[in-house]
Amino acid sequence: MTAALDSGPSTTRRRVSRFLSARPNWRLAGLLTGPALWLVVLYVGSLIALFLTSLYRLNDAGTGIVEKLGTSNYRDLLDTAVYRTIAVRTIGIAALVTVIDMIVALPIAFYIAKMATPKARTVLITAVLVPLWGSYLVKAFAWRALLGTPGGVFDKTFGASPGYGLPAVVIVLAYLWLPYMIVPIYAGLDRLPDSLLEASNDLGAGFWLTFRGVVVPMLLPAIVAGSVFTFSLSMGDYIAVELVGGPTQMIGSVVYDQFASNLPFAAAFATVPVVVMVIYLLGIRRTGALENL
Amino acid sequence: MRSRQISVALGTTLALLAAGCGSDAKSGATALKSIGKGEGSLQLIAWAGYAENGSTDASVDWVTKFQTDTGCKVDVKVGNTSDEMFQLMQSGAYDGVSASGDSSVRMIDAGLVSPVNTSLIKNYADISPFLKDQPYNSSDGKSYGIPHGWGANYLMYRTDVVNPPPDSWSVVFDKNSPYKGKITAYDAPIYIADAANYLMSAQPDLGIVDPYSLNQKQFDAAVALLKEQRKVIGEYWSNYTVTQGAFEQGSTALGTTWQVIANLALANRAPVATVLPKEGSTGWSDTWMISSKSKHPNCMYMWMEYITSPEVQAQVASYFGEAPANPKACALITADPTHCDVFKAEDSAFAKGIKFWATPRKKCLDGKGNDCVPFSEWIKAWTGIKG
Amino acid sequence: MKYANRATRTGFAIWAGAVIIFLWLPLAIVAVLSFNSSSSLAWPPSGFTGRWWSKALQNQGARDALMMSLKTAVGATAIALLLGTAAAFAVQRFKFFGREPLSLMIVLPIALPGIVTGIALNSAFRQIGLDLGMLTLIIAHATFCVVVVYNNVLARLRRLSPNIEEASADLGADLFQTFRLVTFPLLRSALLAGGLLAFGLSFDEIVVTTFTNGAGSDLQTLPQWILSNLSRGDQQPIVNVMATAVMLLSLIPVWAAQRLTGAQGGLAGR
Repeated sequence: MTAALDSGPSTTRRRVSRFLSARPNWRLAGLLTGPALWLVVLYVGSLIALFLTSLYRLNDAGTGIVEKLGTSNYRDLLDTAVYRTIAVRTIGIAALVTVIDMIVALPIAFYIAKMATPKARTVLITAVLVPLWGSYLVKAFAWRALLGTPGGVFDKTFGASPGYGLPAVVIVLAYLWLPYMIVPIYAGLDRLPDSLLEASNDLGAGFWLTFRGVVVPMLLPAIVAGSVFTFSLSMGDYIAVELVGGPTQMIGSVVYDQFASNLPFAAAFATVPVVVMVIYLLGIRRTGALENL
Repeated sequence: MRSRQISVALGTTLALLAAGCGSDAKSGATALKSIGKGEGSLQLIAWAGYAENGSTDASVDWVTKFQTDTGCKVDVKVGNTSDEMFQLMQSGAYDGVSASGDSSVRMIDAGLVSPVNTSLIKNYADISPFLKDQPYNSSDGKSYGIPHGWGANYLMYRTDVVNPPPDSWSVVFDKNSPYKGKITAYDAPIYIADAANYLMSAQPDLGIVDPYSLNQKQFDAAVALLKEQRKVIGEYWSNYTVTQGAFEQGSTALGTTWQVIANLALANRAPVATVLPKEGSTGWSDTWMISSKSKHPNCMYMWMEYITSPEVQAQVASYFGEAPANPKACALITADPTHCDVFKAEDSAFAKGIKFWATPRKKCLDGKGNDCVPFSEWIKAWTGIKG
Repeated sequence: MKYANRATRTGFAIWAGAVIIFLWLPLAIVAVLSFNSSSSLAWPPSGFTGRWWSKALQNQGARDALMMSLKTAVGATAIALLLGTAAAFAVQRFKFFGREPLSLMIVLPIALPGIVTGIALNSAFRQIGLDLGMLTLIIAHATFCVVVVYNNVLARLRRLSPNIEEASADLGADLFQTFRLVTFPLLRSALLAGGLLAFGLSFDEIVVTTFTNGAGSDLQTLPQWILSNLSRGDQQPIVNVMATAVMLLSLIPVWAAQRLTGAQGGLAGR
């Protein structure tokens, strides 16, 4: 934005510059107006409007919305066992996927950042990143081909496969979001000086003690940053779960199904992941994780 | 926090705006008297494969000719589900839709579509009579659309797995089924009608006459049956390529499908067969409807005329895999001269045995009262069934 | 590296290798199936054919969708670069009331599930009467892309001493000259990294896209094209071809980004 003004006559530019130099508040306003309008008005405004919609309800014919504030959707949510089950299941899946991704990502990120030669490092990090560009949809479909029983690739090759269902959902989501965990951890490790590990080593701590006592605590912001992705992406998913989940439903599936037929209820159910994520974000704000996203 | 106050204020503004323009007045739109000059543009909502312009497959194209003939430039929004089509129609931005029975009645009731003056459509006379003036495409004696094509919901099975060959839906509703985990069912609230259809003969004392007009007791019985069935379901399908793949792979051994799925699977040499079980079956019959807010009604009428012509019907039916609404198309399907036999397009006895999808509502579709379970309850129940 | 013995290193190497195989396995299957003579997903492939590749290359819909995705990603990235950089400067260079909530709000669009962002923006657009289309799509994509630019620029600004800018001013440069000649060159690689991430993020997005893109098959993005083609018979192999092709093409920007930016910065990819 600022650069664009360069083309103006230089005296005007000078004058604007002098004016702004003397007034930090004007500079701040110039910087903030765009992002604030966009995020606060457009985005948060939309979220609040969605929340208001969740207080409306569908008319009895199912053809329109009754625009009267009330809590009937939330009462439905709380009173109906199946919605509670789905909510708990979804949060459970998201948590499990996050933990699996942490466990899988830490060693490989450590290997790439601290053990591989610089040349191997470029190759390896590229190998982690490129799968992110292979369409999410196509990957989920490929997992159908891998997991099916009988007749899937695993079944034909190893004679065993979990088939479609809850375990398949966890595997596929963990697969899909794994790079989102590896990359922040890798970036965190990259910022961690080698000398620190060597010092710990020199002080007599073995490798594993160093790993547990020095590396993991220092990586915490990076790990938590990764978990924001894996947790939130898992919690909102409805496509992968439809493809490999068998009859399993998650919050995303219900919101997606109801969006077109019963928007107020969809909006009410959608507040569940919002509340969970906002609590999560507030909880981790102090760790500095948000800057590692 | 000031920023929060601002956003609350703006959120409220948004909501007020919503209140201002959100409610649709029930429209008293009347049918067109005559077809005038085209408006140069046409916005359609269609099922994938109903309005092809060559962008999916260069050899599959009947929209381009329409555009050249009429000067109406066609934009097609592919609807993935009936609910989505209903919602898109609410936006008022479209001229017409290829609605299935599980959204068409809702659209009529909500005033989203206008009656159609069928006398303006020359091809209408050739349309199979059993598709005309049905509960899913008419209301109060007025026709609300032009039939496009139809199909039955068959029971499909892997011939190498399912033995003996089934002749009843009982095989997919049996909670002790030997095919547990290999059974599939259609993933939509309208599938509750399949259970009701089965209960018509399995539990005659429930007194179900029309699977789309269920009282609370009948509805509860159907839902209970489906909750039992849930235990033997391997997966529900809504995307037909997905279930085609599952049948080919073998992860699904039997369940509800469409004839086109069987045809595609057979082409890939999968050992599958379809049967219309002795209880009869549900089915779908799609209708081109015109939006009550259409900005290009002349183009829409021209489209309804064009899409029901024998030449175009032949292309659509052959590509999509369905029975053409206009049987004159049958002689023109060259790719498979038996197409209309396979899909029983001209078999009116067969078609009469099919309970075509219609949208349940409080005022019973079969005209027998005002205590039917409305579709909004079907939608809620469906989530509960899947669990 | 003396902090791990040979056995530990070997163990880590094996783990890394296994994870890479895990990450690539489904992609390899897709690539193999793109040459499968049958259109089915059933394993093993029944024969070899190059027919899908030639069909896909002639597919107008796929080409249009690719163009649409590229345009959207460019638009969203441009907006994200402007907004993300401005926000990073504001947060890093100034103290102001509401700074903390603002930085949380920037993160929000990516931390909330896409389906929430999608339906919220969808209802908002419909309520204010904005027709869904490329404009709404770019707006929606830009919303969740801002954070990646913001984080990259913020990280760079932290390491950048404001003294340089003061020195520039002392030497007589005005604000704009300072930005163009001093600050911008120092930010360039962070902007590049952030921009690439934003681009990749937008390019593969399907959930928010589903709810914020408009009507018309001519408006489909590549992921939407993939989704709609996966739901018709016999199009699966062409989708496999497109996915393989896009992945191969993505090697160029990913590798280039590695070379240009090294490891600093936030999530390189999403």
